[in-house]
Amino acid sequence: MNSINWYKYSSPATFYSLAGKMIPWFYGAAALLCLVGLYIGFFLAPTDFQQSEAYRIIFIHVPASWMSMFIYVVMAVWAAIGLAFNTRLSFMMASALAPTGAMLTFVALWTGALWGKPTWGAWWVWDARLTSELILFFLYIGFMALQAAIDDPRRADRAGALIALVGVVNVPIIYFSVRWWNTLHQGASVSVTKAPSMASIMLAGMLVMAFAVWMYAIAAALSRARSIILERERNSQWVAQLLEAKV
Amino acid sequence: MRTMQTIFALLRRELTLAMRRRGDVLTVLFFFVIVASLFPLGVGPDTQLLRLMGGGVVWVSALLAAMLSLGRLFANDYADGTLEQLVLTPTPPVIWITGKILAHWMVSGVPLILVAPVLGIQFGLSNEALGVLIFSLLLGTPVLSLIGAIGAALTLGLRGGGVLVSLLVLPLYIPVLIFGAGAVDGAMSGMGAEAHLSLLGGILILAFMLTPWAVSAALRISIE
Repeated sequence: MNSINWYKYSSPATFYSLAGKMIPWFYGAAALLCLVGLYIGFFLAPTDFQQSEAYRIIFIHVPASWMSMFIYVVMAVWAAIGLAFNTRLSFMMASALAPTGAMLTFVALWTGALWGKPTWGAWWVWDARLTSELILFFLYIGFMALQAAIDDPRRADRAGALIALVGVVNVPIIYFSVRWWNTLHQGASVSVTKAPSMASIMLAGMLVMAFAVWMYAIAAALSRARSIILERERNSQWVAQLLEAKV
Repeated sequence: MRTMQTIFALLRRELTLAMRRRGDVLTVLFFFVIVASLFPLGVGPDTQLLRLMGGGVVWVSALLAAMLSLGRLFANDYADGTLEQLVLTPTPPVIWITGKILAHWMVSGVPLILVAPVLGIQFGLSNEALGVLIFSLLLGTPVLSLIGAIGAALTLGLRGGGVLVSLLVLPLYIPVLIFGAGAVDGAMSGMGAEAHLSLLGGILILAFMLTPWAVSAALRISIE
């Protein structure tokens, strides 16, 4: 382990080729896990006696909302690393993660509405968890809008990193909001300390889907990071060589 | 001692400047009143409904007015170079930033608190709820200035800064809105406002401790 020089991969040039090699594997894993997860979700998992077939949307909804929160934390961690060690690649990873996170937040909200209509009889209720997910969506949009408004990449990186760190305060509020404002939304069905209150086959399907979304998010973020690297380093020699090799 | 002197000097400067440009202060104040008056026109003059909404409406209007006033927190000083001079002084940035935020609150937050009871009466709030409204604004509006300062510092000198600041800052204002309006609601429904006010106080302490550091980092990013 000691022989690997991890700092080598903090250089955009080496990271670019490494990411290029890793992306197909992550996309492949995502596709495979997605197939397995959907099979479990639609064919193996039993029908819920209260919510009938409509509940099956949780196999998309729950992984998407888990990952939407998780990605924000990862983004903030990259932002913190970038601010602390002044590594350009960390900032690039943070901005590469944001669109995927925003997309998953949107998916979580949308599928939640589709689930809510047959189950609660309303597309949307102003419950704490829904509202916090919506706020999370706004936070992603704010992060991306701030970065888009700044022309100087160095300032855009650092300003975005700071707002990501400020916004990450919101993520624990999302998680604990279930306990703070005990409202319409059912409490968390999966918890670390208690035995889960759902059939283990449903849990398995949800976990597999969560891993599928995770792999997809990594692959999407890596390929976006590669584009950002190319854009930022377009005047460097290695990019020129890369283009020559392509031609 | 030096710290207090710096803060007082900055407060005097900011307040003098605000007195010279009274229009800015009054504009924000009237914006606050107008937004609050639009709600009855939008939802109808039903007294019962308005009484239920009153606390929330005043709080939302306060949020929007506070956000609108963020522009002049750093922008003028940035334009005429004062901000760079402040950064170059040996005083730690956190100290003069705290002073500037305090001054901003006194100019934009305090007038809102003074006018809010009038709006509360218009919405038919009970006397107890009015008291809670003022107290919750007293605890909450400084938080609006503190958090808003981060957004103002980050968007310094950007095109479309005003709209951008609302996108950045309004989501972060939401906890203040929930607990502020919740306190008035609690007083109206007889559930008591203590829990909400305590949480609001907690947020104020936390924001007071942390945001000056964030603002200082944000200014360094924006100015360099």
